[in-house]
Amino acid sequence: MVQSIEDKRVETDICTIGAGPVGLFAVFEAGLLKMRCHLIDALPQIGGQLSEIYPKKPIYDIPGYPDILAQDLVNNLEQQIAPFHPTATLGERVEELDRLEDDSFRLQTNEGTEVFCKVVVIAGGLGCFEPRKPAVENLEQYEGKGIAYIIKNPEKFRGKKLVLAGGGDSALDWTLYLSELAEEVTLVHRGSTFRGAPDSAEKVMSLADQKKINLQLNANVTAIQGNGMLNACVITDKAKNSVTVDTDYFIPLFGLSPKLGPIADWNLNLDRNAIVVNTEDYSTNVPGIYAIGDINTYPGKLKLILCGFHEAALMSHSAYRIVSGGKKPSFKYTTVNGAPTM
Amino acid sequence: MADDLITIFVEEESGEKRAIEAPTDMQLSLMELLKASDYPVQATCGGMALCATCHVEVVEGDDSYKEATDPELDMLDTLPEVTDASRLACQMRLADDMDGMVVRILAKEECS
Repeated sequence: MVQSIEDKRVETDICTIGAGPVGLFAVFEAGLLKMRCHLIDALPQIGGQLSEIYPKKPIYDIPGYPDILAQDLVNNLEQQIAPFHPTATLGERVEELDRLEDDSFRLQTNEGTEVFCKVVVIAGGLGCFEPRKPAVENLEQYEGKGIAYIIKNPEKFRGKKLVLAGGGDSALDWTLYLSELAEEVTLVHRGSTFRGAPDSAEKVMSLADQKKINLQLNANVTAIQGNGMLNACVITDKAKNSVTVDTDYFIPLFGLSPKLGPIADWNLNLDRNAIVVNTEDYSTNVPGIYAIGDINTYPGKLKLILCGFHEAALMSHSAYRIVSGGKKPSFKYTTVNGAPTM
Repeated sequence: MADDLITIFVEEESGEKRAIEAPTDMQLSLMELLKASDYPVQATCGGMALCATCHVEVVEGDDSYKEATDPELDMLDTLPEVTDASRLACQMRLADDMDGMVVRILAKEECS
């Protein structure tokens, strides 16, 4: 099965950025041509949006399956590529891409993992999921200086004053958790009620009644103040009344939104956040870099998993020439060669 | 109004309203119409009320079109900037009684 490896240095033929269905199938097509693959994905598990967003949704347009649950498709793909023993770096995001003197590539993740490869295949789907930010002036100036969008280590907030914003499950859950640790917790929510898990919403309301947290409903954080470090949030309600709350941290929790991320800086031709490719082999304008699946665009493009599978097959035959140093791949049906192996 | 054809207006930032003619017999959603008309609607989740990149505000129209389903309201509730008339365009199936509706696209920040 596809397990994340801890190695900080990986050498492979093809590095696939994105471990969604199309990235996984690329491993299969590459494997048929005896090319090794390493997968990198920012999410901690394989499957991309199928596993992250809609694992229980049935999909009806996968050839040969009248219907299949998204997670079952991912599980089947994982089984299908197992003979090729792909390796993976999961939960890390590719930050840098350099071309080396011999025309091969070096990729580096945000955690310092280096992958050396001959071909890069971007199968990034929607892009990386990044925190959604509220429209508050100077927000970015205080990122890392009192503003946090993701809570990695809750201990950091012990004994501190916190302002949280949001009305979803994550805002409710973190309010409950952090109310035990922090000196003071203020939760700011735009609405008057919570739609999240009723149990969590009830607990939050109860903590507010007991004055254990400060709950500001029908309100938004409209400004932040500080002097190098954040020290206060201005909270404004629907009647335009404002209060200033002293705080050490402001934690907006408004969910995740997909963004292209560092890929946008790799000199690839882009059209509306999608990578322009040549439909002969799904190569980009940069030799050795291919883009397949939802992240690419071309005349007539359809964002369908089955189209991504087709793109993976054509990409692999083209990439083979680079990986093998110019040899032409021999085309064989899997029915002729028997069970695929590496 | 021709049979099976309605007009939806999109209010631009300048306040100007641009008319889009839309068929009602093709099971299209407002998201699909906006996307086809080159508005900055990414619709990354493809119309499952899961990404909010088709977030719009119904500026004028019958109140019934402001009634969202539970999954849509759950998604809207996670967003930082929402109004009482916020909708996800992917959850609005084009229908005859939407004729003349005016919407404003709020999802632009999702496209940066």
